[in-house]
Amino acid sequence: MNYAADVRALARKDLLLELRARDTLPAMLLFVVAVFVVFHFALPAHSSSLAARGLLWVAIVFTALLGLGRAFVPEREQRTLDALVLAPADRSAIWVAKTIATLAFLAAAEVVALPLFALFFHGLDGATIGAFALADVGICAVGTFVGAMAVATRARDLLLPLLFLPLAIPIVIGGVGASVVAAPARYLAFLALYDLLFAFVCWAAFEYVVAE
Amino acid sequence: MSAPAAQLRLMSRVSLPALAAASFLLVTTALVLVFFVAPNDADQGFSQRIFYFHVSIAFTAYACFIGGAWKALVHLWKRDPRADLESYVGVHQGVIFGALVLLTGSIWAKISWGHWWLWSENQLVLFLVLFLFYCAYFMLRFSLDDGPQRANLCAVYALFGVILIPVSFLAIRLAQKFIHPVVFTRHGPNFHGWILVTYCVAQIAMLVLAYTLYRVELAGKRLDLRLRELRRVYA
Repeated sequence: MNYAADVRALARKDLLLELRARDTLPAMLLFVVAVFVVFHFALPAHSSSLAARGLLWVAIVFTALLGLGRAFVPEREQRTLDALVLAPADRSAIWVAKTIATLAFLAAAEVVALPLFALFFHGLDGATIGAFALADVGICAVGTFVGAMAVATRARDLLLPLLFLPLAIPIVIGGVGASVVAAPARYLAFLALYDLLFAFVCWAAFEYVVAE
Repeated sequence: MSAPAAQLRLMSRVSLPALAAASFLLVTTALVLVFFVAPNDADQGFSQRIFYFHVSIAFTAYACFIGGAWKALVHLWKRDPRADLESYVGVHQGVIFGALVLLTGSIWAKISWGHWWLWSENQLVLFLVLFLFYCAYFMLRFSLDDGPQRANLCAVYALFGVILIPVSFLAIRLAQKFIHPVVFTRHGPNFHGWILVTYCVAQIAMLVLAYTLYRVELAGKRLDLRLRELRRVYA
């Protein structure tokens, strides 16, 4: 099998698993709606739409964390990670497939969350949606990678936010920048740069995370 | 053996007492220069002298992080069995110096602008992000059992750190545009005469001090490991 076929098979497995078990996506959706309600009461009356947009980014990053936390946990619990590592495929294919699967979950959650945000708070412009599309790639690429690291530890899920959030700070800066300024091109370019850089490093280094 | 490798071997052959003496001498010289020789800053007066330590400590912290990442790369690349511990100790020293950067930066901010913390100070914010990142490195390390997997994961995470430094720097620079439209403009100190000499001595002093501390910690950690091994053999 070639690389693309490996990735397709692995990603298909994750998506099929979610379709049948429905573990992650409903939890993410419920979480993001609950967070919006919390934000409504956290934002004082007459606070600016800019503050709400900033909080939207917080909501999405935490929702993503919820999904990322689940990405490798079933593999570990069912002890299938060893089998994946032993499979005659390039190990980085595991990371690519997991990233695609988590990206699909996050995108699905945003398809509901972003219109809901527009309904509850303020409308969204094209730049914000573009920034989310770019940021999702970075969030899922880096998040899947550190998720694989976190499941190898004793602390498991506890460690994922600690490992992930410092790495996500540039994404939040780029995303919020693109959402609040008049000329967002610079911020979108930064997000694209982040995606390329970290996706490449994660792809190249994943071998060392799963193999001893 | 290539030239840099030979140089490194030579460096690790310098004895610890000699290094300790050199760092004591250099730090003392730097203190004397900073407090008695360097002229007062025309704009900020006496308090500006903390700059000599703040900047040189910041540079040293970067050097430690980069050194730690380099050792991490050596571990992943050449499977050098010593590199994992060396990478960890490098990062550890970087975090210690990073904490000092936050402390000195905060003192400087208080004296210059009356606030203990300023989000408009790029370097301070960057060090806060890096500090969080490398604290997570320790959480990761202490949450794994000793072995090849711990070495691998820590090495990969340490490598992420050196990518995060320029990316975060760029991001924080970008954030200035929408979070703080007014940027403090501090006309840079004119680097000449005693100011330059003092800064250079302080910088070298901090680098040598960091290297000495690195060697001390490394020697202690290695002794600890050997002792544990011996205990296991005897038990």
